[in-house]
Amino acid sequence: MYVAWRDLKFAKGRFALMGTVIVLITLLVGLLSGLTAGLGQQNISAITSLPADKIAFGAPGQGEKLSYSNSTVTEKQWQQWAKTPGVSTAEPLGITTTKATAGSKSTGVSAFGVRRGSALAPESSRLDDHAAVLSTTAAADLGVAAGDTFSLAGQKVTVAAVRGDVFFSHTPVIWTSLGLWQKAAPPSGRADGPTATVIALHTTSGAGIKAADRAAGTETVSTDDSLSAIGSYTSENGSLQLMRGFLFAISALVIGAFFTVWTIQRSGDVAVLKALGASTANLLRDALGQAVVLLAGGTLIGTGIAAGLGALVAGSAVPFLLTPATVLVPAAVMIALGALGAALSIRRITSVDPLTALGSAR
Amino acid sequence: MSLNLTDITLTYPDGDTRLTALDQVTLEVPKGSLTAVVGPSGSGKSSLLAVAATLITPDAGTVTIDGTPTTGMTRGELTDLRRHKIGIVFQQPNLLPSLTAAEQLQVMAQIDGRKPRTARGRAMELLDAVGLADQAGRRPHQLSGGQRQRVNIARALMNDPTVLLVDEPTSALDHERGAAVIDLITRLTHQQATATVLVTHDRTHLTAVDQIAEVHDGRLRLPAHT
Repeated sequence: MYVAWRDLKFAKGRFALMGTVIVLITLLVGLLSGLTAGLGQQNISAITSLPADKIAFGAPGQGEKLSYSNSTVTEKQWQQWAKTPGVSTAEPLGITTTKATAGSKSTGVSAFGVRRGSALAPESSRLDDHAAVLSTTAAADLGVAAGDTFSLAGQKVTVAAVRGDVFFSHTPVIWTSLGLWQKAAPPSGRADGPTATVIALHTTSGAGIKAADRAAGTETVSTDDSLSAIGSYTSENGSLQLMRGFLFAISALVIGAFFTVWTIQRSGDVAVLKALGASTANLLRDALGQAVVLLAGGTLIGTGIAAGLGALVAGSAVPFLLTPATVLVPAAVMIALGALGAALSIRRITSVDPLTALGSAR
Repeated sequence: MSLNLTDITLTYPDGDTRLTALDQVTLEVPKGSLTAVVGPSGSGKSSLLAVAATLITPDAGTVTIDGTPTTGMTRGELTDLRRHKIGIVFQQPNLLPSLTAAEQLQVMAQIDGRKPRTARGRAMELLDAVGLADQAGRRPHQLSGGQRQRVNIARALMNDPTVLLVDEPTSALDHERGAAVIDLITRLTHQQATATVLVTHDRTHLTAVDQIAEVHDGRLRLPAHT
């Protein structure tokens, strides 16, 4: 790093320019990562926080995909799952998006219907056909507290408690009894009547899932895999991840392009050092070290700014999630991909001929 | 002998044929002596220097540096040999723009795997020898042409080479500064006991050299004048 470090200090303008580009790309990646995670959380946190490892959907029709919107399960299917060996708990869960109103305030909410006493909902022992548990955001949006009343899909409901802050498909969750949920949910058109939307399962390793699915007429996937059954999450997350991927690719290309030009510019110096006896490995180490210093510095600053901005907007209307995973992982990926781009560029050092240092050509 | 070139033949591709740059050249340069190689442009002087510097492998013949024949050496071994045994003074100073005069010398320690700051003393000693001790902290753009050439010379001596190869060191200098540079090389050759080969097309400053070899069309004639 002897020459590389001095180059960094000497060619300040050039490296500052490139460093600024890295800072800006890192900032953009950091903000996008926080936003992706924040939006994702607003889509799926109610599902990922369920005490269940599998979700059983009503078997979709031919050519249809699993969907929380379209799935319905009956009492019979639930009972069948509850009796299945290897299934420690099977809890019906009704999900519907509806409107809640309190005085002059109204908001869209996701009503999650569970059995009274179910482990799926907080304070579920207090649920009945006239009492619901609200998540913090739902209560705040409606301006209600425990003991207040509000209207859920035309039903007058009392706030039994305000607990947690989970979301489903960008709406805050209200935990209700299955009876209240069935009144709020649109009719399914099935003769045997829907009990719920899905069955949340807690299974052990010996559970025969496929056989139970065949017997019950359901399709069961892991809780994580079930997230793709939330339509808005799949399309939104896919688009944002694509943008993030493009940003990573662009940063690697920009850094690669910069170091390609830089290496060409200093190929005369490289030839001189080779002629003086510098090994190619030594020169490559020097050049890669320079790239990593530039990348690490730029990424550190960009990540710091992204984290600072994220901390400012977190908790406001902007769904920004600030965690080590949303801050440090994109930074590490930026450095790794940037170093790869730089490594591909500086490999041309290997082909510089020291003979060109002789004569008057330089 | 510290530098022996024995029956060196070097050819370059030239269309469908090959051009002979060096034709069975033999040259012996003892320690502490300065041999000037003179000749017109295109005569083969630079090719001879490149072969002696192990930057080109000849078609035939043997290059021996400090008793070690270079024939069959790998590229890595030749790099090591250049680093430890050969000092090169380039025609253009070829100084690295980001380094100060002292750092231009200290970098030689770095490429040898040593800590550059441990070589500070040797660097200052050589800068003093070339009359630039007070310019140690200046970068190339802050030095004159003659000063840059003197740093170039000092850098070549940094790793105590056995062989010093000097390529047209006066080509970019006026008469007075050219003479001063040749005097400096002559003095350092004796002080540092190097086997020095000085390639030049300018005979005006060669009064103090130990031997003059003339190259014409790739053939070396020795001695033309001592």
